[in-house]
Amino acid sequence: MISLAARDIAHSWSKYVFTGVGLGLLIGVTLSMAGIYRGMVDDAQVLLRNSHADVWVVQKDTQGPYAESSSLPDDIYRGVLGMPGVEQAANVTYFTMQVQHQGKDTRVMVVGFEPGQPGAPPSLVAGRHVTRSHYEAVADVKAGFKLGEKIRIRRNDYTIVGLSQRTVSTGGDPMVFIPLADAQAAQFQKDNDAIVSGRERTAANPAFNRPSVPGLLEAVQASQITSHNVNAVLVRVRPGWDAAQVAADIQRWKHLQAYTYANMEEIAVQKLIATSAKQIGLFLVILTLVSTAIVSFIIYTMTLGKIREIAVLKLIGTRNSTIAWMILQESIGLGLVGFIIGKTVATLWAPVFPKYVLLLPLDAVLGLLVIVLVCTLASVMAIRAALKVDPAEAIGG
Amino acid sequence: MKSPLLKKIILPLIVLVILGGFGWVVTQQGPMAPTQVTVAPVTRQAIAASVFGIGTVEARYSYRIGPTTAGRVKQVLVDVGDSVKAGQTLAIMEGVDLDARIQAAGLAAERATASIASATAQTKEAAARLSLAQREAQRQRELAAKALVSQSSSDTRQQDLAVTTAAVEASKAALEVANKEQQRLQAEQQVLRQQQANLVLTAPVAGMITTRDAEAGTTLVAGQPVLTLADPQSYWVKARIDQSQALGLQAGQAASITLRSAPQQALAGKLTRIEPVSDSITEERIVGIAFTPVPAALSSGELAEVTLQTGQKSDALVIPNAALQQHDGQTGVWKLNGDNTLQFTPVQTGIQSLDGQVEILGGLQADENIVVYTSKTLSATSKIKVV
Repeated sequence: MISLAARDIAHSWSKYVFTGVGLGLLIGVTLSMAGIYRGMVDDAQVLLRNSHADVWVVQKDTQGPYAESSSLPDDIYRGVLGMPGVEQAANVTYFTMQVQHQGKDTRVMVVGFEPGQPGAPPSLVAGRHVTRSHYEAVADVKAGFKLGEKIRIRRNDYTIVGLSQRTVSTGGDPMVFIPLADAQAAQFQKDNDAIVSGRERTAANPAFNRPSVPGLLEAVQASQITSHNVNAVLVRVRPGWDAAQVAADIQRWKHLQAYTYANMEEIAVQKLIATSAKQIGLFLVILTLVSTAIVSFIIYTMTLGKIREIAVLKLIGTRNSTIAWMILQESIGLGLVGFIIGKTVATLWAPVFPKYVLLLPLDAVLGLLVIVLVCTLASVMAIRAALKVDPAEAIGG
Repeated sequence: MKSPLLKKIILPLIVLVILGGFGWVVTQQGPMAPTQVTVAPVTRQAIAASVFGIGTVEARYSYRIGPTTAGRVKQVLVDVGDSVKAGQTLAIMEGVDLDARIQAAGLAAERATASIASATAQTKEAAARLSLAQREAQRQRELAAKALVSQSSSDTRQQDLAVTTAAVEASKAALEVANKEQQRLQAEQQVLRQQQANLVLTAPVAGMITTRDAEAGTTLVAGQPVLTLADPQSYWVKARIDQSQALGLQAGQAASITLRSAPQQALAGKLTRIEPVSDSITEERIVGIAFTPVPAALSSGELAEVTLQTGQKSDALVIPNAALQQHDGQTGVWKLNGDNTLQFTPVQTGIQSLDGQVEILGGLQADENIVVYTSKTLSATSKIKVV
């Protein structure tokens, strides 16, 4: 038996392909939108995965260090290290700042880490890890830095010695990893004018500048410029211990807030990016509905355009089921062409997006199912219209 | 309009291209694409361990010069940056009432001399009276023995003798007191003269004035400095080295010093002191690194970066530190087997060089291939593509 659908498509293939391309671009946009949503969630999760931590210890009653600010004395980690079930505990600092790169501002998240501890950069794509305890940095490739370049953070220049990939903050800003001590200093460092005027202000205070106590003023001034704070302590739990139990112990006995990976994921995904994720999610739903409507209309008008030919078929005694099958085949075929093109373009233009676009294979499969379903539904309308055609139209019109 | 050729060849061609492109996109570009990795062999080579620290340029010996007692600055003779010789007068404190007190002490000493003369005269007088009393007592005793005078009269003379003897002793003691008083007052005068000498602040060593903390007219308490003096030849770098890197530090190790003012220039130095007490808050060791030789025009307080050679091995198994990964709570590397499969191998590491090489003490053999860079986090089942 000859395939009516194939014959019909071959007859006006250019029209069919162009329609498929148009539909494909629309599907591509929808898939990209799903990818943007997934990318946003992944941005929030990758930060947690890269930390290699089981428990996050932060300031009491805060949801730090990513969703809220948190500040801890940097010797807290020693106490945490002494808790049962704790294998590693390391200080980290996070702060977001603009850095100058080739005359342009780049927004980065500066991470202060200790080498070999949780919070250190995971794998690299170029260069090496930091070996000096000061003034070296590992940057995410998205920040645009090259190996050997200098990056200025507050007052000091840091040499980029390594590049990492997919190390971003929850907001998608690339990370720059610098040694903890430098980060601690940089986080609270003021500009020189502020330091000098601060010194003068202290000197003008008679409580600190007492002639009978030489050295007091210097001591007070020295205490004002040092920082012994960090934003969080990352904890790795010993094998066989329950992270939730360790977190509960730390919370109870150290009077700090401790979050497990699951808690942290909830904060990062459900609280931190909740609004923007909902925004994208809603837009995705609307886009899917619009795409569905457009696919239906395209197939419907395509069928209406062939009404004369269908009438002829009916006239020569073609069975209704054959005609319906042809329309369904054409409809699903159009959907498949659209999907192939959509998936291709979405994959190709995904790396161009400034923020991460994660195209999950599962989403693509889901998309394909939706497309087939939509095309089937859309063809029902067209089939109804085709079956109602009076064969007389073929002759008279 | 449409030739059969177009239908027969071009149409299937377009379909093929689209399908091929789709297949390529799905397998090579998206999330199913293989992870790109860079591979390097484990090599045998020399490795030098170095540690890095930052510190500030300081004078090893710094002298804070100030008065020993509270007082007012009269004159400051030198300024910041002046070179001074040992013993040179740097500043003078005002004596206030010191001259008057010296004069008063002098007068008191003179009075003491006069009291000595008076006491001496009294001693003589007492001695004269004693000799008279002795003779009288002797005489009366003899007469009483012959019963020529009453026993009572003789006893009276005996008592006179005792009283006069006591008076002689008292006058001798008074003379002694007067002598001591004179010595005390002389010593006091000496003290005041010494204090007067202390008002002149002199340089204990040759050096350069680094700060000028008080001007003429300023009242200072004891111990507050007027000037600070430092010997430029004693400039060194007091550096802080993270405790985690401090293993292998030894006095005498060669150092390279980079000043913030000259970031391109490495100055030679030598580790001269490792302080036995390290900073427990910052978890850093404190070391002193001397310049060899001391460059001219150093500024105290300047930031300096210090690199110390702590050890080296001429033949070691070496890998780049970027290859070290964390997997299942272990530190190790991804080893590439002959059949292009990955295997995580925990390793023990030794010394690290500053250029990013790590010595491997166990877990790997020479010439084994390991993953250095990877575009994604790896697992044992990762599809990989070596680039």
